[in-house]
Amino acid sequence: MNHALKAKEFVANDERMHWHDKALWFVREKRDLASKGIPEWEQLREYASNIKSHTMSQLDYYLEEFEKNANKKGIKVHWAKDAIEHNAIVYSILKENKVKKVVKSKSMLTEECHLNPYLEQRDIEVIDTDLGERIIQLRNEPPSHIVLPAIHLKKEDVAQTFHEHLNTDASNSDPEYLTHSARDHLRKEFLEADAGITGVNFAISETGGVVVCTNEGNADMGSSLPKLHIACMGLEKVIPRLEDLAVFTRLLARSATGQPITSYTSHFHGPIEGGEMHIVIVDNKRTQFLESEKHQQALNCIRCGACMNTCPVYRRSGGHSYSYVIPGPIGSILGSFKDKEQNSSLPFACTLCGSCSNVCPSNIDLDKQLYNQRQEITKEGYLDKKKRISMKATAWLMEHPTLLNLAGKAARKIVPILPDSILYNKSNVWGEHRQMPKMPKNSFKELYQKEQEKKQGSK
Amino acid sequence: MSSRELILNTIRKSNNVEKVPLPHIEEFGITFENKTQKFQEVIQTVGGEAILSNKEHLDELIQKLYPNAKLISSNVDGVTLANFDSNDAQNPHELEKLDLAIVKGEFAVAENGAVWIKNTDNRHRVLYFIAENIVIIVNKNDIVNNMHEAYDKISFENTGYGTFVSGPSKTADIEQSLVIGAHGPKSGYVIFI
Repeated sequence: MNHALKAKEFVANDERMHWHDKALWFVREKRDLASKGIPEWEQLREYASNIKSHTMSQLDYYLEEFEKNANKKGIKVHWAKDAIEHNAIVYSILKENKVKKVVKSKSMLTEECHLNPYLEQRDIEVIDTDLGERIIQLRNEPPSHIVLPAIHLKKEDVAQTFHEHLNTDASNSDPEYLTHSARDHLRKEFLEADAGITGVNFAISETGGVVVCTNEGNADMGSSLPKLHIACMGLEKVIPRLEDLAVFTRLLARSATGQPITSYTSHFHGPIEGGEMHIVIVDNKRTQFLESEKHQQALNCIRCGACMNTCPVYRRSGGHSYSYVIPGPIGSILGSFKDKEQNSSLPFACTLCGSCSNVCPSNIDLDKQLYNQRQEITKEGYLDKKKRISMKATAWLMEHPTLLNLAGKAARKIVPILPDSILYNKSNVWGEHRQMPKMPKNSFKELYQKEQEKKQGSK
Repeated sequence: MSSRELILNTIRKSNNVEKVPLPHIEEFGITFENKTQKFQEVIQTVGGEAILSNKEHLDELIQKLYPNAKLISSNVDGVTLANFDSNDAQNPHELEKLDLAIVKGEFAVAENGAVWIKNTDNRHRVLYFIAENIVIIVNKNDIVNNMHEAYDKISFENTGYGTFVSGPSKTADIEQSLVIGAHGPKSGYVIFI
């Protein structure tokens, strides 16, 4: 379903839409406060952009170095060309280790690959352990934000869900009560699990280790109680040097939630005592970006979510209105590049205001890319039929100045006397939620001509 | 062709990204006149607290902070409160009932209230997360200004694990309300000696 139609469902609840908008704007404001506290902020963004672009320009080298150094630390590295292979690799490792229950910390990659249902179909229980992720897992919903997966829900919704699944008091929606109930419930799961799966925020080529950032400590609990740790990463997560982490750890949490750093920034360079550590490097159409001059910067994303928090469309349409697993500006770019047909409406869910590019910690040209994608989508014939026809008609009219003038003149005369029932008929999609502007007596062109004539006359 | 070769070959064949040099980042980043004071200010905003003390008063101070802690582990010289040696445990699950972990921090970072914890002599990394409460002891001279200085002090020559810890575990996943005590410790102190 296209973005506008899904957004319609979301905005139907006006009060909730405004509440959602405010909640995300609050996060954006915290980001502003945090970034303003760092005088060298803009230089940091520049560094981040350079480090990422440098890495991407020699990605084969850095990935091989990473693998070599990870192997030296006793980490087993696997390569998956797509989602199916990723899932198969993870399953085969779990099967080999006779795993029945997995605790998982947040990973948009495993979400992208639909790992949970794949494993569940093969009789492996998967428990998401990030609080927000656990809430939506119990509700059988996808995340609506990459950092705040349950931002679309109110505490009363969570109270109801926990009451149904965790036996909490349905009338108690105090966030502290709910969080601590989840803590008790998940502690048991951590202790019973046979394996932990985590995502990866950064993979360090020169040391062969990975960094995972969380506030809850769930990635560390999940990877250091069970004997088996599997870390899944998109191949764009690699960075060259340990010192590069200084740049990214300074930017990530400040951009994401306005915190100076996440509670835990954990560096994994090998398994726990007597354990095993595996890393799965996944392509799944990422290498295609390297080829595209217009879209290669999309791989520089560090998944902070700042572009979502600031986006006027995201804030008012909610994460579930996007057809790709990652919502908001960066998700629209990734999604429509990977599958134009499926996600053709996403680059149009944008006002081209450019706010996303202004807050992006790695200086990605998000608004430019969205603009480019609109044209690519149109050229390749994936544009929505209504839009395509009206665009064509407008283009044709604009190519014929005499007709355009005539049409304008007619509209200025006729529209003011048309009854609303005709003016706001079904084909006027624009007017569905908007008042038509008042028609002026004269067009700009006419006014200009009059002015010129006056000037001539007074000479 | 293996997927590894396929991926690497695709990158080699189609990579169009213009080469940009890696930046040399030296003597860069915010500095503070009083690093300890900055650290104390920041850690308060993330639900933690930093206290200045000395080696002689550590036992007394920690006892005052956690009078009800029953099972306590410590790897800090001069602390005699410990009644559980987590390194004796064969399995990390045995740390489940820990009320308090007292651990060494290598150094603190003023700009973000984080402490670098590595403890090469600690057997179970879950120690920092599974204990209900945590106290991190840092030498008062070991504070750096920012993360650039921090990463200059870190290396991973041997197999290992290390983490920056900034305050106790927390979450704001329910309506953006900050709740302290998610999966890791519910409270935490940094003590400078």
